Amino acid sequence: MTAQAHIKNKSLITQLFMSDKGSQIFFALLMTMTIVVPILHLAVPADSALHVSAYTLTLLGKYLSFALLAIALDLVWGYCGILSLGHAAFFALGGYAMGMYLMRQIADRGVYGNPELPDFMVFLDWQELPWFWYGFDQFWFAMLMVILVPGLLAYIFGWLAFRSRVTGVYLSIITQALTYALMLAFFRNEMGFGGNNGLTDFKDILGYNLQDDSTRVALFLASAIMLIIGYTVAKFIINSKLGRVTVAIRDAEDRARFVGYKVENYKLWVFTFSAVLAGIAGALYVPQVGIINPGEFSPLNSIELVVWVAVGGRGYLYGAVLGAFIVNFAKTYFTAVLPEVWLFALGGLFIFVTIFMPQGIVGLIAKLTSKKNPSSSPPIENQFSEQKPWKSKADA
Amino acid sequence: MPSKSKFKEVMRRDRVFDFMVPGGRHAVIAKQLDISHDIVLYVEGISVSFDGFKALNDLNLYINNGELRCIIGPNGAGKTTMMDVITGKTKPDAGTAFFGQTMDLTAMSEYEIAAAGIGRKFQKPTIFPEHTVFENLELAMHCDKRVWTTLFARLSSAQQDRILEIVDTIMLAAQINLQAKNLSHGQKQWLEIGMLLMQNPQLLLVDEPIAGMTQQETERTAELLTSLAGQHSVVVVEHDMEFVRSIAKTVTVLHEGHVLAEGSMDEVQNNQQVIEVYLGE
Amino acid sequence: MAKKYLMNSKQKSFIHFLMILFLGMIFVSPGLANTISDADFRDSLSALNQKKFTQKIQAIEKLAEFDHGKTRFVMQSLLDGNLFYRKSDKNIFIAEKTDTELVLKDVISLEVIDIVGKRDARKISVNNKIRKLLRLKISAMSLSHSDPKVRHAAVKEMMKKPALETSNILRQYVASENDETVKNTLRVAIALYDVKSDDKSIKLAALDILGESSSLESKYAVLAVLEKDSQASYIEQDQEIIQHAKKILDSIETQLKFYGFLETLFFGLSLGSVLLLAAIGLAITFGVMGVINMAHGELIMLGAYTTYVIQLLMPNNIEYSVLVAIPAAFLVAGIVGIMIERGILQFLYGRPLETLLATFGVSLVLQQLVRSVFSPLNRSVETPEWMSGAWQINSTLAITFNRLYILLFCIFVFIMLLLILKKTALGLYIRAVSQNRQMAKAMGVRSEWVDALTFGLGSGIAGVAGVALSQLTNVGPNMGQAYIIDSFMVVVFGGVGNLWGTFIGAMSLGVVNKFLEPWSGAVLAKILILVFIILFIQKRPRGLFPQKGRSAEN
Ligand SMILES: Nc1ncnc2c1ncn2[C@@H]1O[C@H](COP(=O)(O)OP(=O)(O)OP(=O)(O)O)[C@@H](O)[C@H]1O
Ligand SMILES: [Mg+2]
Repeated sequence: MTAQAHIKNKSLITQLFMSDKGSQIFFALLMTMTIVVPILHLAVPADSALHVSAYTLTLLGKYLSFALLAIALDLVWGYCGILSLGHAAFFALGGYAMGMYLMRQIADRGVYGNPELPDFMVFLDWQELPWFWYGFDQFWFAMLMVILVPGLLAYIFGWLAFRSRVTGVYLSIITQALTYALMLAFFRNEMGFGGNNGLTDFKDILGYNLQDDSTRVALFLASAIMLIIGYTVAKFIINSKLGRVTVAIRDAEDRARFVGYKVENYKLWVFTFSAVLAGIAGALYVPQVGIINPGEFSPLNSIELVVWVAVGGRGYLYGAVLGAFIVNFAKTYFTAVLPEVWLFALGGLFIFVTIFMPQGIVGLIAKLTSKKNPSSSPPIENQFSEQKPWKSKADA
Repeated sequence: MPSKSKFKEVMRRDRVFDFMVPGGRHAVIAKQLDISHDIVLYVEGISVSFDGFKALNDLNLYINNGELRCIIGPNGAGKTTMMDVITGKTKPDAGTAFFGQTMDLTAMSEYEIAAAGIGRKFQKPTIFPEHTVFENLELAMHCDKRVWTTLFARLSSAQQDRILEIVDTIMLAAQINLQAKNLSHGQKQWLEIGMLLMQNPQLLLVDEPIAGMTQQETERTAELLTSLAGQHSVVVVEHDMEFVRSIAKTVTVLHEGHVLAEGSMDEVQNNQQVIEVYLGE
Repeated sequence: MAKKYLMNSKQKSFIHFLMILFLGMIFVSPGLANTISDADFRDSLSALNQKKFTQKIQAIEKLAEFDHGKTRFVMQSLLDGNLFYRKSDKNIFIAEKTDTELVLKDVISLEVIDIVGKRDARKISVNNKIRKLLRLKISAMSLSHSDPKVRHAAVKEMMKKPALETSNILRQYVASENDETVKNTLRVAIALYDVKSDDKSIKLAALDILGESSSLESKYAVLAVLEKDSQASYIEQDQEIIQHAKKILDSIETQLKFYGFLETLFFGLSLGSVLLLAAIGLAITFGVMGVINMAHGELIMLGAYTTYVIQLLMPNNIEYSVLVAIPAAFLVAGIVGIMIERGILQFLYGRPLETLLATFGVSLVLQQLVRSVFSPLNRSVETPEWMSGAWQINSTLAITFNRLYILLFCIFVFIMLLLILKKTALGLYIRAVSQNRQMAKAMGVRSEWVDALTFGLGSGIAGVAGVALSQLTNVGPNMGQAYIIDSFMVVVFGGVGNLWGTFIGAMSLGVVNKFLEPWSGAVLAKILILVFIILFIQKRPRGLFPQKGRSAEN
């Protein structure tokens, strides 16, 4: 035996969060934000420069849910090579499930005062609640649906698509068709989801007023904690052998097949899991912005999501989070200050990133800081090589 | 259905008569490799056509258990296509391919065939470029490859030892943590062979293994392949006659999707037809 | 060119006629002798301004006796409520309403005489009785008109409400009518009344005539014969009439169904032609270069805006503007396309998902550019006269000219493209590069040059599609978005890299869509199609006509 090898005996926690510098920094930042922002909002007086306003708090909460969505997309795109142009659909479905719960919570406080039917149904002259609205007055049921509905849709869609080996561009285009079809469907009043206007005018969640400071903070914390959990689980997956298999599928699908992996099952699994994450992100998003409408299904949303991940750096989980924050911050800023410029900026960003930064910001940093193999192009996925479960003689 | 193929259908060795099978034709799916007749691969009457062009034309081939078989033939003879059929990548228009007595390869998908014990090295080396050598071998390793088990899989020490053993065999110990895309062409060939070994298949299909290798490496490959024969069956496709001569007991010559000749290297080399179409003057 | 051939003078004047009729004005050929002077005509007009309706009726009867070229026009204006009298001098004018004022025009010359406040002139009021009389008089006058088309239109108008008076008027004209179509319509119009007759033989004869005509009106008339009372037994007693009417109803319904089918088919093909125009450029860039051009919709939009700009540049020649716009749009979109290819795509070959993202960025920039330069609002592009109106094939079947022209134009573009790909050197290079880029390069084909031109060609066709679309829908910054997904569906459905696949894909999707619409509604039809394609691609992951060979596999 020429190679000496030993396993690094690290705890799971260390493996998940401390395995590389990027993860460490990212994790520290995320934790700080989770703790500091609510304190600055609640404890610091409103006239202080350090005070975080309710607006900013909610905005950051929104970004956190977007970040979770970005992680979901990065899992399928960055790690499994499936460019989904319909991931906003899963996000919106999760959001609708949450919206339906919030809608039922309004009960008889609506404009028409109907204890059972949401306002828009009374307006449409409906006599009774459609069957698919049953159960949404229960929080646990709604949360179950937040997971089940996007998951099931992704499962069925993926089962059909991956089994017939629809790949690459074709897959992207039909995922786009999927979200487009859903958008058209949700625009219809007959669908029973509030048509054009969607679901809005929410009052409270689990009995707490959505406008209260404490509720806002709770929602912010919920988003942050879900992001941390989502990140951890995703990290666990990509660090597992399953993660290595998905990357293998991304890079050499045929090889993976001939080595004995049932590729379609792996893709289906990752796709479904990712859709569930997206659904959860949607459910966190809706109570914070106070509305969900069919516009969330628009193909543009899905593509914007792709840009977040591309800008941050696909194939890096924290890259996706970073991208979600940067692009959305830019969007908030530009649309407020220079609304005409936003689309120019976004479009330009697309072009710039794809041509000059194919691995995104994180990829660029990794390239600049990597001392190893300066001549060869940097890998899409550095984590694996940096992890080094094996020490070879050459290194020793 | 023409009577001849009907007859074939009735006489298929993998199943009892249709009417005796509860639940229809495909109810019986044999899982165990059965090489009781000492033949590991039956390829019978296989035809494949692309847009009317017959890449394989009524191809018949039998590989004995533990045999090392070389397949030669001019470019476009259908050698790679034959491997595609055996590994489930291409479905034949006609004919049957059996792995042992029981497994109908034409009805199985790639991963099932791989799991059943057929490994393949592609003509163009295909490895997982972003993974390290170690990870490439780990991924190829023979084990339960279902999703959930993979998610929680941990390497046992026996498995680690196996990987390190193979790494030595393929002489990539120094590159064990190097990303596979940074390997040289020859090293990639070796890595792919190593992955094949990790799969521990009963039957190895090796398509042009020595392209890009040095003389020394070629010799090692020859050594490796001969050492594998016996416990495994090996089918090698190669254009390099010297290499073929050095390893082959039996050589099959393919031409236009059909077996032109079969026999020892000497027999084949003296076959008039083979000289005409392939070896030249 | 197909267009010129279609624009023959006969059709043109026919379209003119329809336009004019539409506006409620009737064209009078100058050869007709005036038997009343303009002054007398004005005098008799002023009699219209009476307080009592009975007096007005007398005035109208009197007016109808004169054969002045403008009589019918004035009556029509009166009917439409456009006839006003100026309070200051009690003179009568044709008035056009603006928001705050009335533009008064001379009844004969139609010159603008005065612009007054709303209070300074008053509409000459009519009641229902007068309206009925006016309609009758107008129809009678039209029935004696020299142009058979005017007569035909008049008969059709009178058919709407079969009544004794109208049927009597119509009967006077049947014998003297020498135009076959008009005569037939006249007979149908009379039959519509006669079918209510108590005389069995008249009734049967009328039924026969209705059976030949097979319009909706005929159907309802026959249905009326077959009406049932509350006990669900026929009101009509005569068994023979009932049987006959049933037979006739059957035949009318079959024919109506057939025409309905033809109409839906035409709408489907029309939608298909739009889809094809939108998708075919995409099929080229996707099929030949493997580039997913998400900005394709915006290139269509640029074509549409080019049409708009051309119309701004030549406001007096709207007739020709569309013809000028076609090459202009081809150039504009083509040049933008080449710029995209040289500036962005050439760095991204072999990375289809990246081209998708980059071109999407381009699409956002182009959208915003148009928003900034023009406005976020929709612009309307005028339709030249020769493209407006409809071709009335028979009483139930009409085909609008703009759709017909676009269908023909689309086929023309398709054939041109086939010719370019099959017969020209560029086509040869394109096919060579699409089949084996490396080999083509080795043979001395300058593949970058071919790429740029191919992309330019695909983009140019998108621009041309924009010209066609500007004739059907509003032109706005978002119009491209509306078509891009549909175009992709067509390409994916038809199979990449196969023009015929795109053709069949577009036409079948268009037709299926239109046949679904009646029972599912437009939106649901679209959703169904999308779901169908999502399912279809499972069965045939590479479309109807997949590209074959090893190169297609990766
Ligand atoms: N997917 C495909 N589509 C169309 N033709 C194909 C396809 N696959 C193989 N062929 C054709 O089938 C024939 C046999 O090809 P194959 O690759 O099996 O030859 P080979 O014997 O392996 O040749 P070489 O020695 O050059 O590797 C060739 O003419 C090839 O062009
Ligand atoms: Mg070969």
